[in-house]
Amino acid sequence: MSQTPPPALELADVHFRYPDGTPALAGIDLRVEAGERVALVGPNGAGKTTIALHTNGLLRTEAGEVRVSGITLRPETLREIRQRVGFVFQDAEDQLFMPTVGEDVAFGPANHGLRGAELEARVEAALATLEVGHLADRAPHHLSGGERRRVAIATVLALRPDVLVLDEPSAGLDPASRRELITTLAGLDVAQLLVTHDLPMVRELCPRTVLVDGGRVVTDGATSEILADEELLAAHRLELPYGLPGRA
Amino acid sequence: MGAGHRHALYVHEHSAVHGLPAHVKVVATFAFTVVVATTPATDVVAFVGLAAVLVVVTHLARVPFGFLLPRLAVVTPFLLAAALLPFVASGPRVEVFGIAVAVEGVRGGFGLAARAVLGAGASLLLVATTEVPDLLRGLERLRVPTLLTQIAAFMIRYLEVIAGEVGRQRTAMTARGYDPRWLWQLRPLAAGLGTLFIRSYERGERVHSAMRARGFTGHMPRTVVERDAVRADWLLALALPLTAVVVRVATSLTGVSEALR
Repeated sequence: MSQTPPPALELADVHFRYPDGTPALAGIDLRVEAGERVALVGPNGAGKTTIALHTNGLLRTEAGEVRVSGITLRPETLREIRQRVGFVFQDAEDQLFMPTVGEDVAFGPANHGLRGAELEARVEAALATLEVGHLADRAPHHLSGGERRRVAIATVLALRPDVLVLDEPSAGLDPASRRELITTLAGLDVAQLLVTHDLPMVRELCPRTVLVDGGRVVTDGATSEILADEELLAAHRLELPYGLPGRA
Repeated sequence: MGAGHRHALYVHEHSAVHGLPAHVKVVATFAFTVVVATTPATDVVAFVGLAAVLVVVTHLARVPFGFLLPRLAVVTPFLLAAALLPFVASGPRVEVFGIAVAVEGVRGGFGLAARAVLGAGASLLLVATTEVPDLLRGLERLRVPTLLTQIAAFMIRYLEVIAGEVGRQRTAMTARGYDPRWLWQLRPLAAGLGTLFIRSYERGERVHSAMRARGFTGHMPRTVVERDAVRADWLLALALPLTAVVVRVATSLTGVSEALR
């Protein structure tokens, strides 16, 4: 075995077209090292969510390979991959489907065979990490937007994943909830792929950014350089909010 | 978001009734309802006795009568039907305040009304003291197919979401001047319902994806550790139907009801 651990997430030349024939991904290469936080940015329709859905086999690649911690995604490894990739959906309303928050957090680990005290401990730990232990008996549809997002993250953290894939995690949150989310994500000791339009959040959290457009990786590099390149951003329908330092 | 996080029919308390395992309460409620349903319509005293038993349990459960009584309005259609029976039934008639009513109709009407009120009262008491997730798990323990309880659970979970979508759609229609008054103006509303159906269908697919992403393969896992029912739970819960049986047998044996006829 080599000294360096395998990348937490690796997509190699992934191609995909939707059932109606619309091409979505035209050879995506993407790496997230163990413990690394990477941003995936791009305009609407660039293929960001499609890439995200490939990371745990919710969409089947047409060509190319997906590897999680060195394990190649195949029908036989699907179950293990889904434990190792924690996918947080854009709309928490879709993610939280159990009658109570506690049961929702238990859903994933229970599917992977945990029972009894072990399961309870896992749920408690995940809720505690996200500081939402007091919500355990609440119904998901009675939570605020910020609470819902944190609980959604807890539901996948309970699986002890190698990598978190978050689709638009800051969308629709008020500034205080967004701040809490950023603090939480910064404190999690797990690799993260953030799919987002929230460039200030990217600048805070992710040293590396991957810009995609038209189903291809346009550039993959240091966040500071990419976000400073106004021309590049504008060419791909992105911009830093007006008045922010770093913007002309 | 609203302050309360429990369902509208639930009364948050820490009574002995609240503390009972849900499946025990379901059995007790069902048994009580059977006693109510099998009590003859003419046995007025038994119905009064059964009502008294229910009142005592309601008091023990610390469920306010002011909470329970308005919700009994759900049986109003039965009460209306019961009120009509004396006038539409055939057979010998008696004069009450100068109006001829059928004797059989009065008996039948009373029986219908009493059974509806007591049955609904017992069910309301069950849901006032049991939260929905517990109730569904209770039904599962009583061997109700998990497919049915899961459908119910998802329905309850997403009912508010869909109701919210309906509300927003209506608001959007109203905001652009849609104010239907006549039947032929309903077309946009019907189209809206179609959209809503497709949206709900798509949401269903997204929820399914979210479930698969966390390892779902077709069977709902056990996610909670439940308290097993002990003998004391059963004794306490079954006191309700047992008392009901005693009341019912006592009235028919002593013949009080016969005397009143």
